Amino acid sequence: MHMKEFKIKWGMVIDIDKCTGCGACMVACQVENNIAPMTKKDPYNYVQALTKDRDDADNKLRTLTWMNVYELSNGKSFPEHEVAYLPRPCMQCGNPACVPVCPVVATDKNEEGGIVSQIYPRCIGCRYCMAACPYHARYFNWWDPLWPEGMDKQLSPAVSPRPRGVVEKCNFCHTRYAKAKDQARENGEDPMNLAEGAYVPACAEICPSGAITFGDLNNPEHKVHELAKSPHAFRLLEKLGLHPQVYYMSKREWVRKQGDNYNAGDKH
Amino acid sequence: MDSKLFPEGVQRCSFGKFLIWSCFILAFFLWGLYAAVLVLYNGIGTTGLDNYFGFGLWITFDLAVIALGAGAFFTGFLKYILKIKQLEKIINLTVIVGFICYSGAMLVLTLDIGQPGRAWFGYWHPNVHSMLTEVIFCITCYCTVLIIEYVPLILEQKQLNKVPFIHALAHNMHVNMALFAGLGTFLSTFHQGSLGGMYGVLIGRPYAFREGFFIWPWTFFLFVISAVGSGPVFTVLVCTFMEKLTGKKLVEYKVKALMGKIAGTMLTVYVFLKILDTWAWATGYLPSVGLTFDDMFYGVAYGKWMMFTEIVLCGVLPAIMLIVPSIRNKPALLYTAALLDCIGVTINRYVFTVQTIAFPAMPFDKWYVYYPNWVEWASSVMIVAYGFLVLSLSYRYLPVFPQERHLNYK
Repeated sequence: MHMKEFKIKWGMVIDIDKCTGCGACMVACQVENNIAPMTKKDPYNYVQALTKDRDDADNKLRTLTWMNVYELSNGKSFPEHEVAYLPRPCMQCGNPACVPVCPVVATDKNEEGGIVSQIYPRCIGCRYCMAACPYHARYFNWWDPLWPEGMDKQLSPAVSPRPRGVVEKCNFCHTRYAKAKDQARENGEDPMNLAEGAYVPACAEICPSGAITFGDLNNPEHKVHELAKSPHAFRLLEKLGLHPQVYYMSKREWVRKQGDNYNAGDKH
Repeated sequence: MDSKLFPEGVQRCSFGKFLIWSCFILAFFLWGLYAAVLVLYNGIGTTGLDNYFGFGLWITFDLAVIALGAGAFFTGFLKYILKIKQLEKIINLTVIVGFICYSGAMLVLTLDIGQPGRAWFGYWHPNVHSMLTEVIFCITCYCTVLIIEYVPLILEQKQLNKVPFIHALAHNMHVNMALFAGLGTFLSTFHQGSLGGMYGVLIGRPYAFREGFFIWPWTFFLFVISAVGSGPVFTVLVCTFMEKLTGKKLVEYKVKALMGKIAGTMLTVYVFLKILDTWAWATGYLPSVGLTFDDMFYGVAYGKWMMFTEIVLCGVLPAIMLIVPSIRNKPALLYTAALLDCIGVTINRYVFTVQTIAFPAMPFDKWYVYYPNWVEWASSVMIVAYGFLVLSLSYRYLPVFPQERHLNYK
């Protein structure tokens, strides 16, 4: 298998034992990335007004959650019952399932840093990439994005909003990366060797329990470099060979076992 | 009223009757058109699709009609390239059915993609590694070939054909049809395959992923063979349906049985390979990614019954029925086998489209069941109605069946 190698490989290590499932990462992501809230009514579309309403946030299979927190259960009953929370951004796979399938090169993995891009103006909305991604990290704009009166004033100026009919996904807050590199250039530093913390996505920044560590997996000065090698670290669905750049860690074996399928009797 | 437009020497129902029939079909068409307008105006949010099921009824419908429309290229190949003369008695119908299937599939795709205005990006920014790019190339090109094959039939309309230029044009197009049949065979084989390849390459989807030969996963070959194993008998079914509807004999039974034999041979090869493929997938690939055969199925919607129906009831059984001459030569049994065959290939396209993405790869995720809503059904019905209209008009005004006069009036 051919895998593109990068000098810089941005990655995350998410400590599931620290995650409380508060959902702050999801909120931070939505605000940072201009993800429109789900509104039933569309005051600009009269045809819509005459027919069925749009979905509101009740429909979790229609909401756009680049960062989504899943609840894990050990499947046992009280008092042995335990839960864990697993925040799931885009895995920025080393061998992405979504990139080679896109018919129009609207998604690619070719920029230094190894972030899988999504080019909204080029996406035709065929959703083949969504069918390809086993992590469900890709989302489709089912409706026109609408910000209720006043809320549009809070839009992140650097992040382009997306129209209806295109696919989008987590890009590790790529605009923050661009900004961090600009900042480094202004300071006369090497933008290709950012210090720990110079570039942090919104989810990692806001996490109140510090469960998300972000950095360059290839840079020994970054914490993630070591954390990813922890004996408690694992990646989701490693057997499928997608080589995610997002790692998880947990001291609990049952949590680690839920990172992949072991039904065929093979050992962890 | 319009009898001067009928093909030479045949009778058609009265214009009033035809008008009522057309309005009946048109009602379905308009219902679908309303749904299509909603989709284009309000967005795909109006459908039953969601972030777990980005593909659904529309893609299943597309894949199924493209497979069933394979009668056109395969029969064309056998008639023009391998020179099986008998098939000229049904070739026109295969072309029309193929044209309807492909143009219909393209119309559905226009609804299905989120940004229809960008559909041409497949040519402008092609990703040569994507099976879907190849599908876009080939189905648009092949649809053009089908138009080129259909046009001479329109030009042969009795009144049009009186114009010397049109007559000469139709004649010359016929003379060169072997070229287009060859081109169509090439294009069609590839995109039938690429449609299968689309699923086989999904490394993240254990239900569909397959190893393969060079860049083509096994599904590539399976889709080609299953399409040629079902397309010809779909044309037979369409023909028989038209015969029942019009009360006339349109194609002699010998030709239908020949089509059944051709499809049956291909279906036999397909079923054999499909069973091998399923076995290798269940015992080789699945355990290698920590999964079992049982993990791939869930409830009724994604149950094992579907797989057995597809492979045994609608695969092995019709294959046997079609290759055994004594069964194939009995009309009722031939049509039953043909029907089972077409249902089987449709189930195959359905499971590869929907079950593939329904399987929760992440162990902590769960199965969801997808239900298409009325918008998806209506727009699919629109395409079927469109097919009925094209066929009705073609049958009424174009010389589709060269044997019709001979079989009914002499």
